[in-house]
Amino acid sequence: MLLRHTPKEITERTALTINPAKTCQPIGAMYAALGIHGCLPHSHGSQGCCAYHRSALTRHYKEPISASTSSFTEGASVFGGQANMLQAINNIFTVYNPEVIAIHTTCLSETIGDDLPQIKKKAVAEGKVPEGRYLISASTPSYAGSHVTGFSNMVKAMAGMAEPTGKKNGKVNIIPGWVEPADMEEIKRITKMIGVKTILFPDTSGVLNGPLSGEYKMFPEGGTTVAELQSTGDSKGTLALGEWCSADAARELDKKHKVPCSVLDMPFGLKATDRFIDALRTIAGVSIPEEIAHERGQLVDMISDMHQYLYGKKVALVGDPDQLIAMTEFLVSMDMKPIHIVTGTPGKKFEKRIKELTKDMGCEVNVKAAGDMFLLHQWIKNEPVDLIIGNTYCKYIARDEDIPYVRWGFPILDRQGHQYFPTVGYKGGIRLLEKILGVLLDRKDRDDAESKFELVL
Amino acid sequence: MATATKKKLVQWGPAEVKSALLEKYPPKVARKRAKQIMINEAQQNETPELTANVRTIPGIITMRGCTYAGCKGVIMGPTRDIVNLVHGPIGCSFYAWLTRRNQTDAGPDGENYMNYCFSTDMQEQDIIFGGEKKLAQAIQEAYDLFHPKSIAVFATCPVGLIGDDIHTVSKNMKEKFGDCNVYAFSCEGYKGVSQSAGHHIANNQVFRHLVGQNDEVKPGKYKINLLGEYNIGGDGFEIDRIFKKCGITCISTFSGNSTYDQFASSHTADLNAVMCHRSINYVADMMETKYGIPWVKVNFIGAKATAKSLRKIAGYFGEKALIDRVEAVIAEEMPEVEAALAEITPRTEGKTAMMFVGGSRAHHYKELFDELKMKTISAGYEFGHQDDYEGRQVLPNIQVDADSRNIEEIEVSADETRFKPRKSDKEMKALEKAGYRFKHYDGLAADMDKGTLIIDDLNQYEAEKLVELMKPDIFCAGVKEKYSIQKLGVPMKQLHSYDSGGPYAGFQGAVNFYKEIDRMVNSKVWGFMKAPWQKNPQLSASYNWE
Ligand code: SF4
Ligand code: SF4
Repeated sequence: MLLRHTPKEITERTALTINPAKTCQPIGAMYAALGIHGCLPHSHGSQGCCAYHRSALTRHYKEPISASTSSFTEGASVFGGQANMLQAINNIFTVYNPEVIAIHTTCLSETIGDDLPQIKKKAVAEGKVPEGRYLISASTPSYAGSHVTGFSNMVKAMAGMAEPTGKKNGKVNIIPGWVEPADMEEIKRITKMIGVKTILFPDTSGVLNGPLSGEYKMFPEGGTTVAELQSTGDSKGTLALGEWCSADAARELDKKHKVPCSVLDMPFGLKATDRFIDALRTIAGVSIPEEIAHERGQLVDMISDMHQYLYGKKVALVGDPDQLIAMTEFLVSMDMKPIHIVTGTPGKKFEKRIKELTKDMGCEVNVKAAGDMFLLHQWIKNEPVDLIIGNTYCKYIARDEDIPYVRWGFPILDRQGHQYFPTVGYKGGIRLLEKILGVLLDRKDRDDAESKFELVL
Repeated sequence: MATATKKKLVQWGPAEVKSALLEKYPPKVARKRAKQIMINEAQQNETPELTANVRTIPGIITMRGCTYAGCKGVIMGPTRDIVNLVHGPIGCSFYAWLTRRNQTDAGPDGENYMNYCFSTDMQEQDIIFGGEKKLAQAIQEAYDLFHPKSIAVFATCPVGLIGDDIHTVSKNMKEKFGDCNVYAFSCEGYKGVSQSAGHHIANNQVFRHLVGQNDEVKPGKYKINLLGEYNIGGDGFEIDRIFKKCGITCISTFSGNSTYDQFASSHTADLNAVMCHRSINYVADMMETKYGIPWVKVNFIGAKATAKSLRKIAGYFGEKALIDRVEAVIAEEMPEVEAALAEITPRTEGKTAMMFVGGSRAHHYKELFDELKMKTISAGYEFGHQDDYEGRQVLPNIQVDADSRNIEEIEVSADETRFKPRKSDKEMKALEKAGYRFKHYDGLAADMDKGTLIIDDLNQYEAEKLVELMKPDIFCAGVKEKYSIQKLGVPMKQLHSYDSGGPYAGFQGAVNFYKEIDRMVNSKVWGFMKAPWQKNPQLSASYNWE
């Protein structure tokens, strides 16, 4: 057994986290910043954090992840990191020349109390920032929130680049949240089909799913441009997908520049996608093209075709709040039973929302924010499930307990496809369903007695 | 392709490459980096020529990690029956969770916590009011849940700043439990300039709290410890197989596939064989002073190097039975190696490699490339010191800077009861006279060809430039570097924690490596980068219908 020391009996823990279902803020800030065109994320702290975040993102995307660090040593930790930061800014613009440096803090610089806005001002005053180049920053202390919070904080900093001209641009801002590059691409495909002009930010498509062509571009073609970010203040409104990932940035644009916003769930699964498409329709005042209704119909068709294999199946979920909310709704809508749900990200609101979504399921649901995967595993030992959905770390539980398992979320370190195939929207729903059915039916084919083994399923 | 490579090399001499690497830097950066790039003269200097183990430049995208990574990740990561509890915010522990490919074999029901990740997940109030209480409680909870023999605590950056006394907390908990050894590592990431400081800190605490805890004498002959072998991809398993075959008893490995008890008994061995000089030489030195165990440098990467290292161990014990057995094992293992080489080298001969890994690895793996008749045209370490480059004879002349001075040096003296010289003075002298060298390491430079480039702490920008200018057939570094190099159309092998595959140590490992490199440098995929219409864009003729 891989997790052989995990007991079935659950005891309360108040201080010890085992097998976390979250990681720290800066990695989220780094991922978000990679969704700005020509941007170099910069980690203000000692170099280990940056190395870890880059490695984790590299393993997930199998793509180069460039980011720099202030490389604090003991001295900087005592006297503050301003000198390191100023030197870094100078070196970065000289050697790599990005359009934007997106700085985030780490536990270290936060604990010291480095004041990034002040350092930025000083850098500008000292002429370290060339014409037409930008510094943005987000405070991302890892002792609060989670990687999701860090993502949200950096997206908020991106919204801070808005410079309204007073002339409306006729566009809708869409903040997709922490989804895969393929998902961002899919959102753009959908809005294009509907005919809504959008500014999507951040946008990692074309950045973290690049081709192999014999050329290495440190700053690939993709990403939301600075001009677009500046223009977000002239947009008609903002659709924020996901309360945890995206709402803060949208509210910032509303508060500062009176760009109205709606916060929707991330468009995973049927119903959340329905709401997203309907919102786009209303905002743009267009009718939805037949192609989209067609894709929707295909998803409904697949659910109905295979409902017998989905009905009543118990599921354990681990991941980030916005994703889990949408996934729970999707599973419930297919008459499946998500019964154990854990996120490492704190927030009682999450538990409440899950409780609401599952209240008619007719069975007990274990849900925990600020939980960990050790607890999830214990829940599973107490009440086994038919399916686990979550990141790569779930494979240890799945193997020990011999449970079918779908990889979805962050990080995925041992399989491919998440960069290329979306799971948002109706088509994404079909892909999710394909994956779920794949593992459930593989299991059936493996376990059925020879006398019961069937060709047609 | 081959001619293009040659032309490049002719066009770009090492001095030109060096100046091209420095060209774009601000003057201060250029001056600093110039000292870390050496055109190899392969001479045995007394005074180091290359600068190493110095600070990374802020803003220059580095390959390096931190002290915590060196301590918790590298040295303690492979320990399976110790609960490794990280005191800090969640990230540091999360990223070190199963991300190095240290293999271990605990059997069907042995203690194994390696698949778990433990953290105190410090919150804002812990940072403000101190985290000692939470740490004590977390240790208690780990003890109650698992009853391990040992719990190790690791500090991350904020812990040092807020002044949590992790050592006292650990000591108190150890006393409270009575049957669980609890100790701590002050390995905050900001200490030192790289992972290397973390190795040193880990060495110190392992020596203080683990080594010598169990005096019981283990059975077996020819007892050694293998230091600095981390069982990445199963390397340690292969070395163990060979030791067993030779009749050499490995009391402990630091720290691949290790157990708590192995560390505790390690002072009962008669020789320390040091693999990764950088990460573990401190423990070797301390064990010699305290217990009288001599150390020698070995290397089990490369078939010839493996044979040489086995002979070195046998020579130390000096008994004919062992010497003969070792020769028999080498004779038995080599045919397979030679057959693989005969088959593969025609496809690898003359190809070029670059390696920027570790504090010993770039040197070790050069052996394997030599066996494949590939030329290592540039190499360096991520966190090596000057002695790793130019040999231990430069040690007295290394200037110790403030960053290194901050890392504790333990004062060690001979143990009153347990110090026992393994060889008499006379025996040691005789061995030395016969060419046997203790505490000796020549470093990387001595094995690199003249005129090759040795570069310390290579960064992303320089890596890309090097590849562009010198077009190696393969590049070796870590995961962060992998995909930017491969985008350039050059295969990239991870040699810290192998991206895949292994073992690459020992005889069977060497064969695995030959096959792996053959696979990589001769993969068809590198020929697919351009589509037919990109190779041939002009519409010279109309389409020919059949
Ligand atoms: S938790 Fe803090 S110290 Fe650890 S990796 Fe994250 S930012 Fe760095
Ligand atoms: S890669 Fe090496 S040099 Fe690097 S720490 Fe590991 S064994 Fe040592």
